[in-house]
Amino acid sequence: MRAVIAEDSVLLRVGLVRVLQTAGFEVGAEVGDAEALLAAVEEQRPDLALIDVRMPPGFSDEGVRAALSIRRRWPGTAVVLLSQYVEERYAADLLTADTSGVGYLLKQRVADVEEFAATVRRVAAGGTALDPQVVAQLLLRRDSDPLERLTPREREVLALMAEGRSNAAIAEDLVVTDSAVAKHINNIFAKLDLPPADGHHRRVLAVLRFLGTTRA
Amino acid sequence: MTLPSVLGPPARLLRRRIGTARRDTAFLAAGVLPHLAAVPAWLWLGAKPVVRSVHLPWGVLPGLFAVLLLLPLVALPLTAVQRWRYAELLAVDIPRSLPAEGPRLRRALRLLVSAETWRRTAYHTLLGPFLAVAEVLVLAVWGTGVACATIYGWMWAMPAHTDAADVYAVQAAYVTAIGLLLLAAAPWFAGTVTRAESRAARALLGPSRAQRLERRVTDLSVSRADLADAADAERRRIERDLHDGTQQRLVSLAVTLGLARATLKDLPEEARRIIDEAHREAKEAISELNDLVRGLHPAVLDDRGLDAALSGLAARVPLPVRLHVDLDGRPAPAVESVAYFVVSEALANVTKHARAGRVEVTVRRTGRVVRVEVTDDGVGGADAAAGTGLTGLAGRVRAVDGTFRIDSPVGGPTTLVAELPCGR
Repeated sequence: MRAVIAEDSVLLRVGLVRVLQTAGFEVGAEVGDAEALLAAVEEQRPDLALIDVRMPPGFSDEGVRAALSIRRRWPGTAVVLLSQYVEERYAADLLTADTSGVGYLLKQRVADVEEFAATVRRVAAGGTALDPQVVAQLLLRRDSDPLERLTPREREVLALMAEGRSNAAIAEDLVVTDSAVAKHINNIFAKLDLPPADGHHRRVLAVLRFLGTTRA
Repeated sequence: MTLPSVLGPPARLLRRRIGTARRDTAFLAAGVLPHLAAVPAWLWLGAKPVVRSVHLPWGVLPGLFAVLLLLPLVALPLTAVQRWRYAELLAVDIPRSLPAEGPRLRRALRLLVSAETWRRTAYHTLLGPFLAVAEVLVLAVWGTGVACATIYGWMWAMPAHTDAADVYAVQAAYVTAIGLLLLAAAPWFAGTVTRAESRAARALLGPSRAQRLERRVTDLSVSRADLADAADAERRRIERDLHDGTQQRLVSLAVTLGLARATLKDLPEEARRIIDEAHREAKEAISELNDLVRGLHPAVLDDRGLDAALSGLAARVPLPVRLHVDLDGRPAPAVESVAYFVVSEALANVTKHARAGRVEVTVRRTGRVVRVEVTDDGVGGADAAAGTGLTGLAGRVRAVDGTFRIDSPVGGPTTLVAELPCGR
């Protein structure tokens, strides 16, 4: 699998290249700003783009805008955004179009190399990855919303779903059985008024409902 | 005249006395003409029309009216002359009045009816002549003193007219003594008149107490706002430096250690343990630095405003937080910064002390006030005077002219309210 990296700090870029190589990626290009990133994606057509949110020239949300435009023009390219701090709106922006192949993580997660490598591989394979911080922040919303009806355990499960975990992974994380997780998830679907149609689709809808409580 | 508490070498003391006396006398001499200047103006402008109008049907009123209108005009240049005299000859500053605002005509009218103008007019037209008399008296004491003290000199220079030199010689001794006494008293007299004049000038020519206080308040609020802004800018700069430098470096260090941990599988157990430890330490340093930056001035506050910054803050609190942010546009950076700080400190306090089940944070703009309210259902008993956190909070709120109160009965609940004026 091929990846491109956009990160303006040279020091961190070197580290990211090595982490992605460890994760089994071939790094096709490493660039320092959004414009070079779009050019590199156009030329290389990578499977994954790893993008820093804050980049020159404005040091605000250049990375997010580049990610959105990559998703639009080359929908097959998975995108993982790295950010110094959590901005739930970025996550919402990214996930509104299509939740597969999207990741939004805090920069410091890269330090846990093996976990990060697994996450990036999952996203490149079409999964979703949201930083636990993003999830925590999304959960504290807001006035009256259906999420209020969830029990703390169900919130935990939903948060892990939003991070893109499978049922088995959630069960392992919470140290419960798979069937217990399935029961929680069914409760979540019921409380969020998601009719039993397509199981996978409902899962995405639940995560989106979760994100929809933020103001876009 | 007071005795100096420590007598210096007599020669130096004497020199200083002479210097002071000379300065006072020059100052008083320069005052005679400007102090008298108002008298002819007074007579010419006022007395003539008053006298002329006595026989008119309206009596003296038009004349008085003319005086009232024209005397302040005379006061303007005379005040400038006096201000110059005090500054140049006595090194005393008579502060100017605050510049008036508005269109020229209204400014002139306001000047005409202001108490200040009339105090000045009173100084020049009523007090001035008396001061002139006092000044002339001081000069006369000097002149007489010198003339009397040197009478032997005069007698020696003009001996022809005296035929009973012996009698005169005895009387001349008295005259000399009186002259010396006058010379000794003259510096004291000059000093007393100078001090009295200065007091009168400060009271009547300078701005009134209310005006001085007004100016002081204006100055203080401006300098306080500048200080708050400077502190804010400094916090931002430190945040940027930490973010662009140290934080990136630490993350990259942690990544390198993480890589070592992930790839160097065949190291001896001891080396792996050390790498593990270094990796953990690096990650802890990152989260400590993040906490520090968050406490200073988080980047998200500048980039995305209060709502986003407070969400990040609330997500870190280990208990349920309900957050309502209802702002129409973004308030001034200083207000955002203080509001953020209030919520940050309040949440830290709740986490540490309140033993609360849930917290509610509301930030709402009503008119020109941003109201920050943090309520928890904890044990209460928070005291703004006891904790340094709450005291610092109150200080920062007051620095932007806000109000801060905390209501925390023992047994709870605790409500903390900060109201921050935001200009618009």
